[in-house]
Amino acid sequence: MSHILDANEAVASVAHRLSEVIAIYPITPASPMAESCDEWSAAGRRNLWGQVPRVEQLQSEAGAIGTVHGALQAGALATTFTASQGLLLMIPNLYKIAGELTPFVLHVAARTVATHALSIFGDHSDVMACRQTGVAMLCASSVQEAHDLAAVAHAATLESRIPFIHFFDGFRTSHELQRVEELTDDHLRQLIDEAHISAHRARALTPDRPVVRGTAHNPDTYFQAREAANVFYDACPAIVVKALERFAEVTGRRYRLFDYVGHPQAERALVLMGSGAEAAQEAVEWAVARGERVGLVKVRLYRPFDGAALLAALPKTTKTIAVLDRTKEPGAPGEPLYLDVICALSEAEAERRSPLARAPRVVSGRYGLSSKEFTPAMVLSVLSELSRENPKNHFSVGIRDDVTHRSLDWDASLDIEEPDVVRAVFYGLGSDGTVGANKNTIKIVGEETELYAQGYFVYDSKKSGSTTVSHLRFSPRPIHSTYLVRHAGFVAVSQPQLVNRLDVLELAAPGGVFLLNTPFGPDEVWGSLPAEVAEAIVERKLRFFVMDAHRVADEVGLPGRVSTVMQSGFFALSGVLPRERAMAAIRRAVEKTFRKRGAEVVERNIAAIELAAKALREVAVPAAAATTARRPAAVPAEAPDFVQRVTSMMIAGKGDLLPVSAFPVDGTWPTATTQWERRAIAREIPEWDSDLCIQCNKCALVCPHAVIRAKVYDPAELAGAPEGFASTDWRASDGATQRYTLQVAPDDCTGCGLCVAICPAKDKSSPKHKAINMEPVDGLRDRERVNWEFFKNLPEVDRRTVKNDVKGSQLLLPLFEFSGACAGCGETPYLKLVSQLFGDRALIANATGCSSIYGGNQPTTPWAKDAAGRGPAWANSLFEDNAEFGLGFRLAADAATLRARTLLDGLAAQLPEALVSGLLLADQSTEAGITDQRDRVVALRRLLRDIPGPLSKALDEAADALVKKSVWIVGGDGWAYDIGFGGLDHLFSTTADVNILVLDTEVYSNTGGQQSKATPIGAAAKFAAAGKGIGKKDLGLLAMSYGHVYVASIALYARDAQAVKAIQEAESYPGPSLVIAHSPCIAHGYDLSKSGDQQKLAVESGIWPVYRFDPRRLAEGETPLKIESGPIKARVADYMSREGRFRAVELRDKERYARLVADAERFVRERRAFHEQLAGLKVANETQQMQGAGR
Amino acid sequence: MSAQLRTRYLGLDLKNPIVAGASPLSDDLDAVRRLEDAGASALVMRSLFEEQITGDQLGAHRHLYGHAESAEAQSWFPETDVFSLGPEEYLERVRKTREAISIPVIASLNGTTPGGWTKYAGFLQEAGAAALELNLYDIPTNPDANALDVELRQLEVVRGIREAVKLPVAVKLTPFYSSLPNMIRELERIGAQGAVLFNRFYQPDIDIENLEVHRALRLSDPVELPLRLRWLAILSPTTSISLAASGGVHEATDALKALMAGAHAVQVVSALLMRGPAHISVMLAEMNHWLADHEYTSIEQLQGSMNLKRCPDASHYERGNYMSLLQSWHVTPQWGR
Repeated sequence: MSHILDANEAVASVAHRLSEVIAIYPITPASPMAESCDEWSAAGRRNLWGQVPRVEQLQSEAGAIGTVHGALQAGALATTFTASQGLLLMIPNLYKIAGELTPFVLHVAARTVATHALSIFGDHSDVMACRQTGVAMLCASSVQEAHDLAAVAHAATLESRIPFIHFFDGFRTSHELQRVEELTDDHLRQLIDEAHISAHRARALTPDRPVVRGTAHNPDTYFQAREAANVFYDACPAIVVKALERFAEVTGRRYRLFDYVGHPQAERALVLMGSGAEAAQEAVEWAVARGERVGLVKVRLYRPFDGAALLAALPKTTKTIAVLDRTKEPGAPGEPLYLDVICALSEAEAERRSPLARAPRVVSGRYGLSSKEFTPAMVLSVLSELSRENPKNHFSVGIRDDVTHRSLDWDASLDIEEPDVVRAVFYGLGSDGTVGANKNTIKIVGEETELYAQGYFVYDSKKSGSTTVSHLRFSPRPIHSTYLVRHAGFVAVSQPQLVNRLDVLELAAPGGVFLLNTPFGPDEVWGSLPAEVAEAIVERKLRFFVMDAHRVADEVGLPGRVSTVMQSGFFALSGVLPRERAMAAIRRAVEKTFRKRGAEVVERNIAAIELAAKALREVAVPAAAATTARRPAAVPAEAPDFVQRVTSMMIAGKGDLLPVSAFPVDGTWPTATTQWERRAIAREIPEWDSDLCIQCNKCALVCPHAVIRAKVYDPAELAGAPEGFASTDWRASDGATQRYTLQVAPDDCTGCGLCVAICPAKDKSSPKHKAINMEPVDGLRDRERVNWEFFKNLPEVDRRTVKNDVKGSQLLLPLFEFSGACAGCGETPYLKLVSQLFGDRALIANATGCSSIYGGNQPTTPWAKDAAGRGPAWANSLFEDNAEFGLGFRLAADAATLRARTLLDGLAAQLPEALVSGLLLADQSTEAGITDQRDRVVALRRLLRDIPGPLSKALDEAADALVKKSVWIVGGDGWAYDIGFGGLDHLFSTTADVNILVLDTEVYSNTGGQQSKATPIGAAAKFAAAGKGIGKKDLGLLAMSYGHVYVASIALYARDAQAVKAIQEAESYPGPSLVIAHSPCIAHGYDLSKSGDQQKLAVESGIWPVYRFDPRRLAEGETPLKIESGPIKARVADYMSREGRFRAVELRDKERYARLVADAERFVRERRAFHEQLAGLKVANETQQMQGAGR
Repeated sequence: MSAQLRTRYLGLDLKNPIVAGASPLSDDLDAVRRLEDAGASALVMRSLFEEQITGDQLGAHRHLYGHAESAEAQSWFPETDVFSLGPEEYLERVRKTREAISIPVIASLNGTTPGGWTKYAGFLQEAGAAALELNLYDIPTNPDANALDVELRQLEVVRGIREAVKLPVAVKLTPFYSSLPNMIRELERIGAQGAVLFNRFYQPDIDIENLEVHRALRLSDPVELPLRLRWLAILSPTTSISLAASGGVHEATDALKALMAGAHAVQVVSALLMRGPAHISVMLAEMNHWLADHEYTSIEQLQGSMNLKRCPDASHYERGNYMSLLQSWHVTPQWGR
C-alpha cells in the first residue's frame, strides 16, 4: 500500500511496531519520530505482538539511552531516536550496549554536530562520531529506503546481536515527503525471526536465572574478552545480506550492502552514502545515457565495513574513484569513508585479492555539510574532475573556497531533469498554511494518480514572519532528485510583500506560470511589482496570474490562511490533474485533513476552494517591462561593511553564493545586526497618543521586540525634529522641564498588540482608545521611519539619574532588540530588561533553545551595543552544559579581575594613591559607582602610558576587568528543569556570583512543544498527548533548600515592579541567584496579545507563584522568603480554560480533564501552603537557641 | 390524580406541564436523575452554542494548529484523531442523559447565523434527543439591518435546523419583535412546532473604576412572569404550535397562570437553581391541590382559558391594561412589585 510519508514517520511506523519500550528525548530533526510513537501509543496503537509500546520521555539523550540500555538488559525490545548532540550524549552507552552484544536499533536523522556554529541541518558528522563504538551502521538514502532499512536493521540486530544505528539524512530525507510503499504487519512478521527474540529474552537479567554484567576487568583479562566478540562482527555483514535477501523475497525491493548504479564497464566511479547518492544516481544515469563510462556505489552497511563487498560492487574496469564524505574531520588524513575505501583497496592489493583490473586512483571530497545543496551538476563536476590526469584530492564541492582553493567549480545552470517532471515552488509564510497545503497537494497527487510525488520545505530562521519555500515535484518515474527545485514551471507567491524581499522568480523556468496573491487586479498589479520581477516575467515569457487570496480567506472567515486558496490556484493552472478532478480531490483532501478539526473548518476551507476558482485572473504581459522601482536593498546604505558584504547576502537568501573568505574563521560574529534587517512584517503597528499617555512605560517594558522606546530629553533637542514628531512634557517629580517621547520602530514591530493590551491609560470619553493603539501600518510607516531615525539620535539618558523602577528601567537603552522571536514572545521582555539594566557589562551564557536561536541565529543577531561600543557578550555552548559554561565565565572574569588587581598592586607605588585605592575599593553597586570606576580606568590608562615596562602594558590590557562584570546564565525550562539540571544544581552548591535566568515556557518551545518537568499538570504537550498527569517541579524550592541561593519567581506582566526589583536584587546578590520567569509562549495555544491578562490569572489563581527568597534577609532577623502573589482570588480552572494546551486535554477526554483540574487545584493549594509555611519560619539566632536548649 | 396534569408539548405526551429548562443542572447526571425523581416531565439540556461549535473548531484550528511553523517546530501540539470538538462532547452528554432518565430529553442549540453548525442538529437527533429547542439569542447592533433582514436571517437558521432533523423543533425567542404574532406565524409556516417565551439576556454591567464592561446572568424573578403571560395570551388564540413559558415561573401558581394564558408547558430554571431539583415536587403537589380545590379535572380544561380570546376582559392584555395600571397606580401600589 502506498502512502505519502516523510522518513521520520516512515521509520517510526516500523520502530513502533517492533518495540516494547521506547525511550525518547526531543532533538531536531529526529523529534517527529518520537512524537509519532508517543501519539500512537497514547491512541492505543499496538505493536506486532498486540501490546501498546510504552513510551517514556527522559531528561536528556543520555537518559534515554540509559533507559534503553536497562530495558534491553532486562529483556525488552527497545528503541530510541536522536541526532547530532543527542547522539553524542549516547556514545558512552553505545560502547556498553555493543560491548554486551545487545540487539537494538537506534534510528538517527543525521545532523550536523555543533562546531564553530550550531546547525540543525543534515550531514554525517554525528553518526561518524559513533563509528568506533562497535555499533553496526546502516544508511538509507531515500524515504522508501529509510522505511525498508529500518525493518532490515531490526531483523539483523536480533540475529547478529550487534546493535544498529540506522541513519538517514536529517531534513533532506527525514522531512522529505515521498510516495512510500508501506510495510504491512505481515511483511514485518515475515522479516523478524521470533527465535531471535526468544534468544534475546533468554539472555535477559532475571533473578530466576541470575548473571552479572558490567563487571570490571583487570589487565589480565580485558583484552582477550574484548576480542571474544570478533566472531559476531565477522558474521554481521552476511547476516545483513541474509536480511536484505529475505526482504527482497517478501517485498520485491532489493538492496545490497553496496549497491552499484551505472555503466557496467565504468572507468570513473563515486562512492558515497545517504541522500546525496540519489542525486548522484540521477547524474550518473544521465551521463551514462550520454555515453560516459561512469558509475556509483551507494554504501548501505557502513559498519561492520565489508571492504571485499565494496570492491566486488565496483566494475573491474574502474580506474579512478572519488569517495564523497558528508562530514569534515579537520586534521585527519582524510574523511572517514575515504579512509575506509583506501584501506579496503590497499589491503586487497597487498593481499592480491583485489577484483579490479588495476589499482585505481582514489580521491576524497566533501559535500553537503549542514544540508548544503548537492546537485547533479556538482556530481558531474566531480566525475569530470576524475577524468583529469591529476584530479584534485581532498576537494570540496558545493561551495566556493577562495582561501585554500580546494573547491571544484560546477555549472549551476545545468538542468538534467526530464521536461515531463512537473516542478513547482511556493513562497509563503510559516503562519499562512502554505506548507500544510502543499503537503496536502502532494498527498492528493501521490495518492490519486500514478505520479510519483516529492515535497521538501525550506524555512528561514525567524520565528515571527518567517518565510517558507516549498519545493514540489511530480513525475511519472520514481524521483531521485534530493535537491531543491532549480527550474520551476510553476511559481506561486502567497504574500504580496515577498516580491519586495526575495528574488521570487529566481527559479522560474522560461514559459512557466507565475501566480501571485495580491490585492491588485490584473490591470493594476503591474505597477506594484519591483522591476526585477516585471523584467523576469517579460524576459522569461511567463504566464502571469493574480488572485486576492487574502480577500477570499477573509470572506470565508479564515483570515490570513491563504493556503487553500493558493492551492486551488495551483491545481487550476498547473495541469497536474484535470481541473474538475483536481477540485474534487482537493475537496476530499480538505475533508480528510480538517475533519478532525470540525465541520466548520472543513466548510470554510471548501468555501475557499469554490471562491478561489472565481478569483483567479490572468494578467496581460506587456512586451517590455515598464520601468518600475527596483527591489529595495536588503540593508540600508549606512550599514557597516561586513553587513553590506556578508549579512545582506544572507538576508536576501543568497548566502549560498558567499565564498569561504567572507566568513570569520572561528564562529565569531559582530553583534547588533538585527537593526540592519528591516523586516516590516506587521500589518498594524502601535501609534502613540501623547495627550493620553501617563508615561508609565509599561508598553516599552512588555514589548518583546524592543520596538517601543521612551526617552526624556532637553527641549532644545527638538530643533530639527521632523514634522509630526510627537513629544510632550515629561511628568517629572522634581518639576524639571524636559520632554518625553515614546517612539515605535515601524519596520521592526511584529504587530503582536501586547503594548496596547497592557496600556492602562484610557480615553475618558472613549475608553477603547488608549495612550497607544494599533493602527494600519500603511498610513504610518513613512512618517514613523523618519521619526525613528530622529528619535535614535536623541541623547540617551544619564544612567546615573534613572530610578530603579519599572518606569526608570525603560528609559535605559535596550541592548537586545528586534529579535526574530515569535510575535508576543513572553521570554524576550525579560532579556531586554536585563540588557537595559546590566547589558553594558554583561557576559551571557545561553543554553540552546529558543533564546539561543532568536539570540544567535544568522543572518542577524539582536544583542546590541551602546554608543560607547559596550554591550552584552554572548555565547552558546550546548543545551546540557550552560550552567557550567556560565560558571566558567564567572571564574574567568574573576581571574581577570584578580590579575588586574595584582598588577595594580605591583604598580601602586608609581600611581596616585587615591586612584589606586579608588580602583581597589570601589563601590560598584550603583550605576554611579560603575561610571566612576570606568572613569578611574580611563585615568589609569592615561597614566600607564607614561610608565614603561611589561607590567604597565599588562595592566593596560587587563584594566577593563576592574569594572564589575555581570554574568548571566540564560536558558529555558528544558535546560533548567531537565537536561541541564545536574549542572544547575551544582551551581547552586557554589558561591559563584552568577545570575541564572530561567525563561520558563513550561514546554520545550524551540523543538515544537514537548513536555518538560516544568509542564504543569493538565497541559497537553508533545510526549504528553493525553495531558500531563503530575505537577510542575518546584525548581525554586530546590534552590532555596541550599539556603544561600537567591531565588525569585517573577511574572513581568502581572507583577512588573516585583520583577524589576527581583532582577536587580539577583544581580546584586554576591552568590548564585536564580530567577524563574513566567514566559507565555505560542505553545500554550492562545492569542498572546491576551497574555497580560492570562498571566495575571496565573498569579491570582496561584498557578504561578510570585516570591523573592533573599538569604541576606536572614542577617536582618527576617525570613528570607517573601510571597508576593497576593491572596488567591481566581480559580485554577478558569486559568486553564483559557489556554489551548489545557483545552486540548478537555476536548480529548473530559473526565480525565476534570480530574486533572481538581488535581491542579489541590497541587496549587498544597504548594502555596508549603511556601507560606516556609515564609513564616522563624530561625532562632544562636543566643535564642542556646537559651532554648538551657530550658 | 396525576392524570389530570397530562399535557402535550411539541407533539410529546408529557405527564405534567413542568419542564426542567436549560440550565447547568443538565450537566450533572446526578442532578438530572433528581429532576426526574422530583417529577419533571421533560428536561431541556443546557444550550450548545453556535460559538461553541464554530468557536471551538476555529479556535482549536487557529491556536493549536495555526501558529507559525519553523524548521524545528512544524507544529506545536500532538496530532490526534481522538479530539472531540465541542459537539461530540455535547452529543455524548445527550446520549448519557438519555440513558440515565426516561423522561424526554430536549436538546438545545443557541445561534443566529446560518452555517455549518446547524448540521449538528442532525447529530443531536441521532444521539437520542426527543425534540430540539433552538434559542435565537440575537442582539441586532447594525443599524443597516432592518427588522425584516434580521427576521429573515433567523427564519433561515430555523429552516436549516428543520431540514437537518425530523424532530420537533421549538424556537426560544426574545420579546423584542415589532410583531411577535407575525414572527410566530412565519415560524409555524416553516415548520417550527413550538415557541418558548422568552429567553433572558446576559446583562451587561459597567466597572466604573477600570472602564470595563462585565456581563452577568442573574436568576429570574417572578416579576418577569407578567410579560410572558401577556404574550402567551395574545399568541395562544392565533397559533396552533406549542407554547411554553420560560422565565419567572417559580411557584405552582405561576405555572397555573402561564397555562391559563395559553402555555402548554412551563420551564423552570431559576427556582431549581435556588431551591434544588426537589422544588418541582413541591410545585406539582401544590398544583394538584389547587386543581383539586378548584375542581379542575385536567390541565386541558384551564389551558388557554385566560387568553386574549377567552378571558373576561381582553383589554388588560392590550393597551387598556397600560392605561388602567397607570390610573390605578396610586391606589394599588403593591402592583408594582
